[in-house]
Amino acid sequence: MGVNQSLGGNVTVTSLDKLVNWVRKSSIWPMTFGLACCAIEMMATGASHNDLDRFGIIFRASPRQSDCIIIAGTVTKKMLPVIKTVYEQMPEPKWVVAMGACACSGGIFDTYSVVQGIDEALPVDVYIPGCPPRPEALLYGLMKLQDKIMGESGSFGSVFGLGDRVSTV
Amino acid sequence: MANNEIMTINMGPQHPSTHGVLRMVIELDGENILKIDPDIGYLHRGVEKLSEHRTYHQTLPLTDRLDYLAPMSNNLGYILAVEKLLGIEVPERAQTIRIIMTELTRLKSHLVWLACHALDIGAMTVFIYAFRERETIMETYELISGARMTSNFYRAGGLSQDVPPEFEKKVREFIATMPGYIDTYEGLLTTNPIWVKRTVGNGVISAEDATDIGITGPALRGSGVDFDLRRDIPYAGYESYKFEVPVGKECDTFDRYKVRLIEMRESCKIINQAFERLKPGPVLADSPQVCYPPKDSVYNSIEGLIHHFKIASEGYKVPEGEVYMGIEAPKGELGFYIVSDGSSKPYRMRIRPPSFVNLQAIEKMAKGSMVADLVAIIGTLDIVLGEIDR
Amino acid sequence: MADTNRAVEKLQGNFEASIVEVKQDRGDWIVTVKKESIIDVLAFLKRECRFDMLTDVTAIDYLGKSSDRFMMVYQLTSVPFKDRLRIKAPVTEADCSIGSATQVYASAGWLEREVYDLFGIKFDKHPDLRRILMTPDWEGHPLRKDYPLQGPDREPYKGRLS
Repeated sequence: MGVNQSLGGNVTVTSLDKLVNWVRKSSIWPMTFGLACCAIEMMATGASHNDLDRFGIIFRASPRQSDCIIIAGTVTKKMLPVIKTVYEQMPEPKWVVAMGACACSGGIFDTYSVVQGIDEALPVDVYIPGCPPRPEALLYGLMKLQDKIMGESGSFGSVFGLGDRVSTV
Repeated sequence: MANNEIMTINMGPQHPSTHGVLRMVIELDGENILKIDPDIGYLHRGVEKLSEHRTYHQTLPLTDRLDYLAPMSNNLGYILAVEKLLGIEVPERAQTIRIIMTELTRLKSHLVWLACHALDIGAMTVFIYAFRERETIMETYELISGARMTSNFYRAGGLSQDVPPEFEKKVREFIATMPGYIDTYEGLLTTNPIWVKRTVGNGVISAEDATDIGITGPALRGSGVDFDLRRDIPYAGYESYKFEVPVGKECDTFDRYKVRLIEMRESCKIINQAFERLKPGPVLADSPQVCYPPKDSVYNSIEGLIHHFKIASEGYKVPEGEVYMGIEAPKGELGFYIVSDGSSKPYRMRIRPPSFVNLQAIEKMAKGSMVADLVAIIGTLDIVLGEIDR
Repeated sequence: MADTNRAVEKLQGNFEASIVEVKQDRGDWIVTVKKESIIDVLAFLKRECRFDMLTDVTAIDYLGKSSDRFMMVYQLTSVPFKDRLRIKAPVTEADCSIGSATQVYASAGWLEREVYDLFGIKFDKHPDLRRILMTPDWEGHPLRKDYPLQGPDREPYKGRLS
């Protein structure tokens, strides 16, 4: 006895982790949070020519609705507490993309008021070099983030407390 | 019923309509703004201090990142100040290409202003259209300088290199289509009832107040003051070009919008005039103490190699003195005040940012209006935090 | 340029005692006055010579180069006459204050706040003298020459560029 009906063409077998990962990577909602020059390239990536929407990437204005923060520009010491607050307001799971030389390392602004890289405060998943990075570079970085999300394990169980979400990439 | 509670709200620095990292503390009575206190400095990178530790040549890339919507305008202001200090002449061709690129930059900056201003008020189509056109200008930037935004293209004495042959065709084609695009924007906005209701009578500032606060650029001309540095205190050869300076009457957001759109059309005319007189020739002054020698001479002659080495390692020396050079950047008067002590690094470089001074007016303009109109006022001032905070 | 000359002559006629130096550098007219009379000079220029726009206010730190450590710099623009004039006034470190130009020009408000923030020069009778670019609890004034580029709490980078 049991099931004697074969699985149809629109049914697939996968692990729950993979399913959750696939859902997450296909709808990354980054926060609209431009800091400096890179934000303009981020806007250009979102606008007509490059069109981030086709990756399911839709900018959200509120940290409560987003799961990715793109640090697009120079982080100053005055700005850092604000970024930390915004990051803490984002619900789990959340990812951080450091866009541009300033966010990666402080860039050319090695001065008294500039934080030398956002990784001093936030756990960065993807670094995108460039000053500013081209829209293609941002797209590539976001695709790398998608790969990273796809490689995570424990994404399903960690939601209700069974184990931790671990990145394997 | 009457409840006189005053509410204080915080807007920014993470707010999609503040054009960057502007923060404002607003006191509200219902929806009416009683008091507004802008808080800036969230993007203070210390460019003025940093430039004291860099040579004149190394300071140039820092200027790209001030008003990152108009990098070549910043380059021009800085380079003109350094050239004024050095007292060197720029070849005709370099001069003309500078005019073309600076006017293209004005178009580019105004396109972003239009896109964001319209998006803030709710017209998303304009945003998509304006960014489409802007992309062509970015490609032109890339064609001549290799970078889409941070061009770093001008040099003291001329340009870093000549433009490629396809440059003229590309820009001419773009300029031929641009007035049509501007018609499209006007068709979408100028008679659009929502746009008219949100902008007419919004953010009024009188000519006297505007001058007293020090507003410059299109925001000043929107208030009816006929003052354009390109025409009135000319620089970089603008005195030989014919263009109209649009002036508004009603001093409101709608007039400033009209002024900027006419300015975009005038920029196209200036670029066309510039192409008429673009002749082949050198693009860098013959001044071996300041300008890098041609590569051919670096590889094949000992003098060329020595000059190259000296400029690259210690920078060119700039005679003692102080100059102020103000140019008509897309946002207003961008001034560079450089004090030189005779060494190869500026002793003090002061950047007079147009947005910084223009933003001061927000208190006067927004007082008494509705909180929803505030985003229209921020949009019409056309601020860029990169140059406000420096 | 001719009209600025007239402004300079008018100034010399009216403020004989307070003018320290008048010079021309690469076409720009520069008048240095004593700091006590800066407000009177600015008010006079606005009233009599129609320099109706204060374009810029800044300062220079001449640490170890001059007995008066700071030099205040005011850029004036005349919209009707379309010319410029630069007024300077020395300020000593011991008495680090000067009259606020907000009494004459509204644009001085933020510009003077910035000078206060970055140089630590105080402006008498300024309506709202607070830090503007740095955080309110910031220590020191970054644009002073004795303030290290990378900030006091960092070991200075000894590379080629610094």
